[in-house]
Amino acid sequence: MKKPAEFYQRDRRWHPPALTPDYKTSVARSPQFALISLENSPSEITGPVFGHGDIDPTDNDLVYNYAQGDQCAIGERIILHGRVVDENGNGVPATLVEIWQANAGGRYRHKKDTYLAPIDPNFGGCGRTLTDEDGYYYFRTVKPGAYPWRNWINSWRPAHIHLSIFGSGFAQRLITQCYFEGDPLIGQCAIVKSIPDPDARKQLIALMDLNATVPLDAIAYRFDIVLRGRRSTLFENRLEGN
Amino acid sequence: MQKLNYLKETPSQTAGPYVHIGLAPGAAGFDAYDRELGQDIAGPHAKGERIRVEGVVIDGTGSPIKDVLLETWQANAQGVFAHPEDGRPVEDGFRGWGRVITDFDTGEWGFETVKPGPSRARNGKIAAPHISLWIVARGINIGLNTRLYFEDEAEANKQDDVLNLIEWERRRTTLIARRSLRDGMPVYRFDIQLQGENETVFFDI
Ligand SMILES: [Fe+3]
Repeated sequence: MKKPAEFYQRDRRWHPPALTPDYKTSVARSPQFALISLENSPSEITGPVFGHGDIDPTDNDLVYNYAQGDQCAIGERIILHGRVVDENGNGVPATLVEIWQANAGGRYRHKKDTYLAPIDPNFGGCGRTLTDEDGYYYFRTVKPGAYPWRNWINSWRPAHIHLSIFGSGFAQRLITQCYFEGDPLIGQCAIVKSIPDPDARKQLIALMDLNATVPLDAIAYRFDIVLRGRRSTLFENRLEGN
Repeated sequence: MQKLNYLKETPSQTAGPYVHIGLAPGAAGFDAYDRELGQDIAGPHAKGERIRVEGVVIDGTGSPIKDVLLETWQANAQGVFAHPEDGRPVEDGFRGWGRVITDFDTGEWGFETVKPGPSRARNGKIAAPHISLWIVARGINIGLNTRLYFEDEAEANKQDDVLNLIEWERRRTTLIARRSLRDGMPVYRFDIQLQGENETVFFDI
């Protein structure tokens, strides 16, 4: 009998390396010694479990979840949706997906953001949801604006949404960003380009998905997320073994 | 030729400076959610010694980083993880998972929990008590994994397969939290260095 166990090793060449000098902040924040590779133990294959008691059903609707009265957030209304699957293609059910983003003008609701674009009084900029039994998730939000940041003198982040995903083990923990099809700033961005492989960068670009729009309400973008897969133990499981 | 249909893991991107909005909105300056997650690691019923853990994350210039978010993962005092794959029960309310942010002015972080017990390691061995940490921040392209071990577990630490995997004995000490008492409560100090000769050991897990 097959029992899912350890994770496939992470392909570190597919991810950005720690040191990416064009993204200047990484220079002093990147470890310089080699990582020590660990075979998985229970500390890595287990991780926090979340349930519907942890969140509210409306937490995935950023257009309304911080709006006052009958108002709503300003901007292009979008659905961001997709599946969380593992490298084997299996859906990851009941996993927590959290997102955060700037408003339609490119301004974050954060005491450290001083960009001159205005705060939207009806937009908080964060959402969270649990995937369903197939790994499917969705949010309604507004499309975030591009914003300037201090890297080079004239650096602009492409429109993006930050995502945090858990999976079923601590070794699957992932934070990433999703970009939008057709944005000319994607090719200019030092953070996007921290990922060396152009095909890997493409994996972060959400596609416009007309079939998933809500007619007369919101355009949809599809963003599937892949977490590390688990090996199936065909023979004795040495993890617990003797 | 046939094709192997494995997918590629979604590449990581930095959490950026505004990670708090999504994961700890109270710190960003607003209350979006009724309940923020990761604020209570052990819960009220967990057995074992109540401890506090504190530290800073230091960058390559020697400065504390003020926009870090850490997540913690640990077993309870009996060495059980609150996860179905462990298969053993934990105290009601024990999660073993926490979310910790640094102070915007000082870079200090801290959390309270119970001290974990020895837990299962590979091949029927025992792991010394430890807390797994995952560190993200602006400028960190992919979350950093490390482990915190306890100074007062010297015997168990000596037997721990993970610590012993670190060939350079001097580097092992970067994973040992220093114990002191404050108002009767054990406080463990665990400063994390991202670079330099005392760079903390980070793992590829
Ligand atoms: Fe951002």
